[in-house]
Amino acid sequence: MAKRIDVSDLNIYYGNFLAVENVTVSIEPRSITALIGPSGCGKSTFLRSLNRMHEVIPGARVEGKVVMDGQDLYAPDVDPVDVRQHIGMVFQRPNPFPTMSIYDNVAAGIRLNNKKMKRADLDTLVERSLRGANLWNEVKDRLDRPGAGLSGGQQQRLCIARAIAIEPDVLLMDEPCSALDPISTLAIEDLMTELKERFTIVIVTHNMQQAARVSEQTGFFNLSGVGQPGRLIEFNSTEKIFSNPDEKATEDYISGRFG
Amino acid sequence: MTATRTPSDPAAGRTVRRRGDRVFAGSAKGAGILILVILAGVAAFLVAEALPAVTAPGEDIPGGEGLGAYIGPLLFGTLLAAVIALLVATPLAVAIALFIAYYAPRRLAQGLGYVVDLLAAIPSIVYGFWGIYWLAPRLVPFYEWLERNLGFVPFFAGPTSATGRTMLTAGLVLAVMILPIISAISREVFLQVPALHREAALALGATRWEMIRMAVLPYGRSGVIGGAMLGLGRALGETMAIALVLSVSGGITVNLISSGNPSTIAANVALEFPESSGVDVNTLIASGLALFVITFAVNMLARWIVNRRADFSGAN
Repeated sequence: MAKRIDVSDLNIYYGNFLAVENVTVSIEPRSITALIGPSGCGKSTFLRSLNRMHEVIPGARVEGKVVMDGQDLYAPDVDPVDVRQHIGMVFQRPNPFPTMSIYDNVAAGIRLNNKKMKRADLDTLVERSLRGANLWNEVKDRLDRPGAGLSGGQQQRLCIARAIAIEPDVLLMDEPCSALDPISTLAIEDLMTELKERFTIVIVTHNMQQAARVSEQTGFFNLSGVGQPGRLIEFNSTEKIFSNPDEKATEDYISGRFG
Repeated sequence: MTATRTPSDPAAGRTVRRRGDRVFAGSAKGAGILILVILAGVAAFLVAEALPAVTAPGEDIPGGEGLGAYIGPLLFGTLLAAVIALLVATPLAVAIALFIAYYAPRRLAQGLGYVVDLLAAIPSIVYGFWGIYWLAPRLVPFYEWLERNLGFVPFFAGPTSATGRTMLTAGLVLAVMILPIISAISREVFLQVPALHREAALALGATRWEMIRMAVLPYGRSGVIGGAMLGLGRALGETMAIALVLSVSGGITVNLISSGNPSTIAANVALEFPESSGVDVNTLIASGLALFVITFAVNMLARWIVNRRADFSGAN
């Protein structure tokens, strides 16, 4: 299931503004790749370009290639809707559908792709997804209650359950713990370590300890000034980035000298 | 600083309140009380003036068969016209609002929004003229077709009115009149759906329509119902357009395309009032009271519908 992604010479534009410049990187399957960097450096934009979510902003476009297992995601005949079915996403703030129950939230994506599924099969899938997100035991008695009634950390795990229910190849996480307390954060990090057995995970985080704790590979984004495009400064194994990075800027950032 | 207590500290007993706060709280409370006083005043007037008609012997009421027999058909006509209007206008208004909010290019959306809002500024008597002189004659062939092909449905039993001034025409004119308010309110609530929820749907691989069904419509549901209720309020109380368009004769019928239609309460008051005196006036006011009660009941019903799923409204 998990697939590798090869990005080559990717430029991301909002209208005429070049937001991210010239990114070339390979993301390994069944591993966690962390993207770190100061605010506004384009790491979220880059993440959203991997499943074409940045296109919801009018005028957004890319040059270059994003290839997942031989398929260019930006080829002219590729529908962004299909891309997003294979590359799931978890957002910065938990966003379960407020009008749906916990059950319906998890089933939402399944129902989009497979409308005729039997209730029993759906039950099984919902339970498996919630177990996969380490949430089953906490919600199994109130599946018909609104998802918005859960705590922030539970809501975020509900969103993860919703994302993994459609069995994507890749899971993108955009600062998934920035709105959570430390205990909920720990629960999500444990979950990520379990999920990387099945999915390719890319996570954007402001929390460098988090990147060091969970990821195998780390990319450092930076920009040379306001209005300048963001660039991928260094991409290396997490161990190397946090002990002996190749670039001076990376070392300055992880040692807290700026950002 | 450590020793001073903040003004909101409950242990401090009486809380300190700024004068600006007191003035604002007072005027807001005053406005709230004022609306209740006005409502109570209107209700009291209606009850007091309707009472003579309620107590009068049946033969003194116009028609000579008592108050119920007089108001019943009017009430039926009012509700029928309003329901037709609502059934036609609500889906159309929601579609317009969705188009403006999520499909139209920005410039077109703005222009279209203005045009729809402009519809609300046209006086209702103009809609009435439009209904009589433009819409009604053009609907006659359509009504004839309905009678020929769907005549077995009681709504379209005929015989078709030669002028087209039927209950269905009146309902359609009302639908055009209430379209702006419903679509304006729907548009606003659709635009307020948080980007977070819309992106959640898109990230699951939803198309734009699926995104609207998953995230936008459920979130906007209570707003759409609220808009529809405002539209319904206007349709129930609409006077001039109905008075002009509807050809009135006879009592309760569900036949929508014939020339025999029950009138509506507001139109009936407008048409009969200049000729009335004594108990007749009280009767008209009693019909107004009935409309007042109906509107109240409809609004309560709408509240109940909205609150039934309050947990899932997205407000929490």
